[in-house]
Parts: sequence; structure tokens; C-alpha cells
Amino acid sequence: MNGPQDLGGMMGFGPVCPEPNEPVFHGEWEKRALAITLASAALGEWNLDMGRHARESLPPHVYLGVSYYEIWTRALANMLDARGMLTEQEVQQAQMLVSPVPTKKPAATAAQLQAALAAGSPYDRKVNHPARFAVGDVVRTRVMHPSTHTRLPRYARGKTGKVVAVHGAFVFPDTHAHGLGEQPQWCYGLRFGGAELWGEDADPTLEVMVDCWEPYLLEAAA
Amino acid sequence: MTHPTHPHNHPREHEHEHEHNHDHDHDHASELSEAAIRVRALETVLLAKGYVNADALDLIVETYETKIGPRCGAQVVARAWVDADYKARLLADGSAAVAELSFSGRQGEHLQVVENTEGVHNMVVCTLCSCYPWPVLGLPPVWYKSAPYRSRAVLEPRAVLADFGVTLPTDKTVRVWDSTAEIRYLVLPQRPAGTEGWTEAQLAELVTRDSMIGTGVPKAALLQAPGAAGVAGASA
Repeated sequence: MNGPQDLGGMMGFGPVCPEPNEPVFHGEWEKRALAITLASAALGEWNLDMGRHARESLPPHVYLGVSYYEIWTRALANMLDARGMLTEQEVQQAQMLVSPVPTKKPAATAAQLQAALAAGSPYDRKVNHPARFAVGDVVRTRVMHPSTHTRLPRYARGKTGKVVAVHGAFVFPDTHAHGLGEQPQWCYGLRFGGAELWGEDADPTLEVMVDCWEPYLLEAAA
Repeated sequence: MTHPTHPHNHPREHEHEHEHNHDHDHDHASELSEAAIRVRALETVLLAKGYVNADALDLIVETYETKIGPRCGAQVVARAWVDADYKARLLADGSAAVAELSFSGRQGEHLQVVENTEGVHNMVVCTLCSCYPWPVLGLPPVWYKSAPYRSRAVLEPRAVLADFGVTLPTDKTVRVWDSTAEIRYLVLPQRPAGTEGWTEAQLAELVTRDSMIGTGVPKAALLQAPGAAGVAGASA
């Protein structure tokens, strides 16, 4: 979706402000925000792409107006609410008002979570069909504006680039985010020249590398 | 100087960075207090309903606050600087090579390491969210997740680098990696001149977090005499 998350190339946000000796967390609430977000995800009620879609579905004025941990926790509350797991009234009153509902997995113990964080969740998959493109191929990205989740940024749509890597087949976020299955697709590393993305005034030394799933790509016109 | 007002930079959260023992809920503007109150309420209800376990929450915080951070990545870089075979393995399969040093896990499942050279400077961004190689760098800094960085890195990386005080030669290629899929990127910076004969541990002290994101360069070797006590600049 053309949501507020798709920031590449936007203007007007001001300078980047690095913070010398930045602490890992700015206050206790950021620690708790991280912890409840990761621990709730372990219930198996949503996947990574659903989580991303919940964040980008926040209204633009909210997404652009709050800190990143607040984006996380607002999206978390929305996902819990949508599944009947928790209500806004409960958050307002900071107490349980309705009974918990069954979840796909029980609450993870510390040991289970430790193991899960250490193991990670690989997103590459075996597929039977061959990759359509190879390193060196020149390809064109689709012009598309789905109202659903996608990982092809607006600035890279309808652009011509070169395949520099065939990463393998990966879970396809465009379906996975909407409960339509993993539908793994080949994923490629593409290189775009600055002028292709931004026009003739672009930095001539700029190259932008974008990872793209095969359904995002077309053969470039000869 | 123009004062940034965008909340993704949330400067108000940083004004009190020197007062870390204070309760931040009291230190900040009402917007932040509201966020803190809501998070506390969410946690309370999640615990009451049995959706999360308190000890699991504490473990997550402890893991990312004390165990996983940019010192992990610095060890990887230092190893690559002294061991050509390791560097070759690192560039060929990042995840496998960092696992040799016992770094692995969430957000590092598909790690690709990209090497800075005389001709190419690499810089990593996630324009769509906050993708970042957690097992080697820990959690991303606020600026990495901010709208200014995510919007400008792919459009005008040299101007972004200027915000970090970094200036590159005008003819150097600037290659920006947008983390749009599940591959995570780590920059292998160039080894500073004048570090011949340094140990891995000494070299690792030169490797900054930003140099592995590509918004910085390693600390200069001249400032860090290897024979001196407190090589890490700990005396500063």
C-alpha cells in the first residue's frame, strides 16, 4: 500500500540527528514496548508481514507523528483488538475486562523465547520452479499500486535495473501479510542507477540496491 | 541552526540522555508520557490474560540491552581485517561466517556483508520500516528508524553523510542498500591505515556501529596507539 511507511525519496523531514553515545533504550517504556511486541508475536496469531502491514496501516498523521516504538505498540494493540484478544477499553483502564481467547501457541516461557530469538526464522524456501532471471539480466519493475501490503517501494516502481544477485526463493510478503500463504517467490538483488530513479539531477555516483521478488519484475523491453 | 521538529527524531526524548537514572515518564513532554502509560497498560493486560510471561519479557530486554550489540559486529570486522580466509567466507555467506563467532538469530538469518573499497562506499537503509542486522549490531538507533534518514538515504546519501560529518571523495561510488526483503546488510569498512601488526581486539576498538551501517568510518588509527593503555579510548 502507498502508506506512510514508504518514505524513500520524500522531502521535508529535516536533517538526520545522530545522537552521540545513544543508549539502547530511551527510558523504561521502550524496553517494555520491545518486549511485549516480541513476546506477543510468539503467540503465532500473526506473522512478520502481518505485523509490518499493521504498522503501515496506521493513519499517516499518526505514523509520521510518533516515535518508532510507539508505531510498534499502536500496531500491536490494533492486532490484538482485531483478534478479540484485547480491547481499547482494557488498555484505557489497564485491567482485564474480558476473558482471554485461545491462541495458536501458548505464551512463550523465557527459555522458549531465548531459543526462538537465537534460532531466528529463516524466510527462504525451496521451490520447484526455476528462477526466471539470472545475474546480469536487465529487468523492469512493475508499475503497481496495490492497496494491500507490498515491499516494492514507490521510488523503485517502473524502473529499469540490473540483476546483481539471485538470493533464492523467499516467503512472499504480498500474500503472507494477508493470510494467503507463504507462496514463496524468487527474490533478486537489483541495482539501479541514481539517474534512473531520480532523473538527470541525481548524484552521478549513486547506485541504489533494492531486493525484489519475481512478481515485481518484468523483462526489460529489448 | 534549524531545530528539527519531526517526532521521528524525537529530540525531546534525548534532552535528558545525561540523566538516565531518572524516571523518564516524568522527564518528558505529555506525548511521551502518554505512550509510556499506554505501554504499561498494554503490558499489564497482556500479563493478566496470560498472553505473555513476565520472565520472558525480562529476558528479551536483557538480551538486547546487554548481550547483543555493535561490539558483536566489530569483532566480525576485526576478524575479517586480519584473516583473509575468514573475510572471503564472510563475503560469500554472511550468516554462516558470523555464526563462526557465535552470532546468529533473529534478523540475521540472511546476512550479506558488503565491502567498502577505494572505489565504493556502501550505506544501509530500510526505507519501508526498520530492518537491521540485529545479531551483529543489536537494535537500531533512533535515527536509523527516523523519517529523515529513511527518506533521504536513497535520494541524497552524500547529504545524509554530511549530517554525520562524513565527506567522501567526489568520484567515489555511493552504493545504498535498501533492505526491502529479508536479506540484512552489514558494511565491512576499510581497515584504517597505520594498523599493521595490531591485534584483533585492538582493531575491533576502531570499528564503530555507524561504520558498519555506512554512515561513518572507523576511528583513525593515529588516535589509538596500540601500545598505550586504554586503547579503547576509555580515558576520554
